[in-house]
Amino acid sequence: MLELTQQIVNGLSLGAIYALIALGYTMVYGIIKLINFAHGDIMMVGAFVGYFSLTLFGTNIIIAMLAAMLTCAVFGVLIEKIAYRPLRNSTRIAALITAIGVSLFLEYVTIFLIGPSQKVFPDSAFPVKAYDIAGLSILNKDLFVFISAVVLMLILQYIIKWTKTGKAMRAVSLDQEAAVLMGISVDKTISITFAIGSALAAAAGVMVGVYYNTVNPLMGIIPGLKAFVAAVLGGIGIIPGAMVGGFVMGLLETMVSGYGNSLYRDAVAFGVLILILLIKPSGIFGKDTGEKV
Amino acid sequence: MQKNNKWIKFATEVIILTVLFSLVQYLITAGLLNQYYQINLTSMCINIILAVSLSLINGFTGQLSLGHAGFMAVGAYMSVIVTNMWDYPFIAGLLAACAAAGLAGFIIGVPTLRLKGDYLAIATLAFGEIIRVTLQNIDYVNGPAGILGITKLTTWPWLFGATVLTILVVVNLINSSYGRAIISIREDEIASELMGINTTKYKVLAFVIGAMFAGLAGAMYAHYFYIIKPETFNFLKSFDILVMVVLGGLGSTTGAIIAAIFITALTAALQAFPAIRMILYALILIVVMIYRPQGLMGNKELSLKTFGRIWSGRK
Repeated sequence: MLELTQQIVNGLSLGAIYALIALGYTMVYGIIKLINFAHGDIMMVGAFVGYFSLTLFGTNIIIAMLAAMLTCAVFGVLIEKIAYRPLRNSTRIAALITAIGVSLFLEYVTIFLIGPSQKVFPDSAFPVKAYDIAGLSILNKDLFVFISAVVLMLILQYIIKWTKTGKAMRAVSLDQEAAVLMGISVDKTISITFAIGSALAAAAGVMVGVYYNTVNPLMGIIPGLKAFVAAVLGGIGIIPGAMVGGFVMGLLETMVSGYGNSLYRDAVAFGVLILILLIKPSGIFGKDTGEKV
Repeated sequence: MQKNNKWIKFATEVIILTVLFSLVQYLITAGLLNQYYQINLTSMCINIILAVSLSLINGFTGQLSLGHAGFMAVGAYMSVIVTNMWDYPFIAGLLAACAAAGLAGFIIGVPTLRLKGDYLAIATLAFGEIIRVTLQNIDYVNGPAGILGITKLTTWPWLFGATVLTILVVVNLINSSYGRAIISIREDEIASELMGINTTKYKVLAFVIGAMFAGLAGAMYAHYFYIIKPETFNFLKSFDILVMVVLGGLGSTTGAIIAAIFITALTAALQAFPAIRMILYALILIVVMIYRPQGLMGNKELSLKTFGRIWSGRK
């Protein structure tokens, strides 16, 4: 029992990271119906901004995270403006292929600039301590990841539910044409969505750095895919769904590595994806809608 | 007259192919083609097989598949098991590779082809990765280390035969009534369903044939490069093939062939700078999609007729 609780505790912080990345996927999909393949790589860029902020400028971890979020928000908006906006009215396949292109571009430009080897996240920025609570060993980095992720999710909920921008985002994702008629600037709203989603991914990137202690240019691929699975699991386009999906994926992954074969860890994530797609493609929270001709 | 033209066209094609085949065969036996060019020639043929088979799925059927490298892996491993471990001849290995990859395509295709567009893309990507992870965990094929010391059986006649066979099958399929059904699915799935076309059947058919030839390419690859390991067939390999299809044109076999040749040459030229090569790939994908979403060739084919037209100056 204690063992199981320990696994759950470990899974929660990983799940929080996946949930943060999944939120960006789901928000972008909700608003322009595009699977932003490059989202995982934006997370990677965020992790590197955090890394350089810690090593070159010696900032503390909070400042590093804010710097990463700000940089990636700008990146997200630029990517949308340059690569996705010209394709908004073309086929979804074309947009998807472009997203793959953007993803490869971010990965290999990073490799070109700072080399393919992995970098160790500085320990001094975050001295790891273990707390012993009721027989469970809880690392302070797990707590840090979990708490900051929850805070960010609460802020996001506030923005979406209570601000004018959030209202505009919901309106655009519901019906773009009607939103335009109501005087909402669709372009501006989509830019803001990309900014927020990318900022969340960047925060997740810094957390991955703290959690795994290393960063490398291809680190975004697998967490990106898993977060995508999380978004689909919860119902893509639905914000609470992404959070739940993220936590489910994190728990599942720690369970598989804890009790089963950790080599199958990645395969399980994809197996889950295929099961959902076959059983209920709209996800846990999704509604089945008929196809319009 | 019409019939006569057909015969002339057929004869010219046979002559061109024979000349091409004998020329390269002569260059190889005479030792005029060094190792470097031979390796690139082999990659070129393998890439043509991969690009043409994927263009059947992505370009003609319009179903974005991102798991092509997975089928290549199935074919590569199956053929090596048959030839190296069980000591059967190469042809048996090739047939087994096609059969195994086709079966994998069928098993994956039947459930996933119900999905549309981006969901299908992700599902095939996931399956491709599952194949790779599974291979990493099978001790019989040495897990992540892969199989070393495979007998080199891929020779120019085999390679040439496989490439021509792939192109012939795909082109003839596209020009048959099956092909018209397949293209109608790409143009409008709902409309073609209303016309009485069993869309699932045709999608699975295209998917299985595409997978079979990917398996063939995998077998050719394994028996030329001595070594196979699961990591070779990750989704970046699938993206490589996708770049060729997209660049050539979604729905053009000749486009896929030209793009495969071009990309192989580009890869060889940029061997020393792998990062730059990938950045170029990425830019190709983005720029082609923004400015020419149908690919360089669109759905046009390059044929002898085109050359004839250029020759006589008619438009």
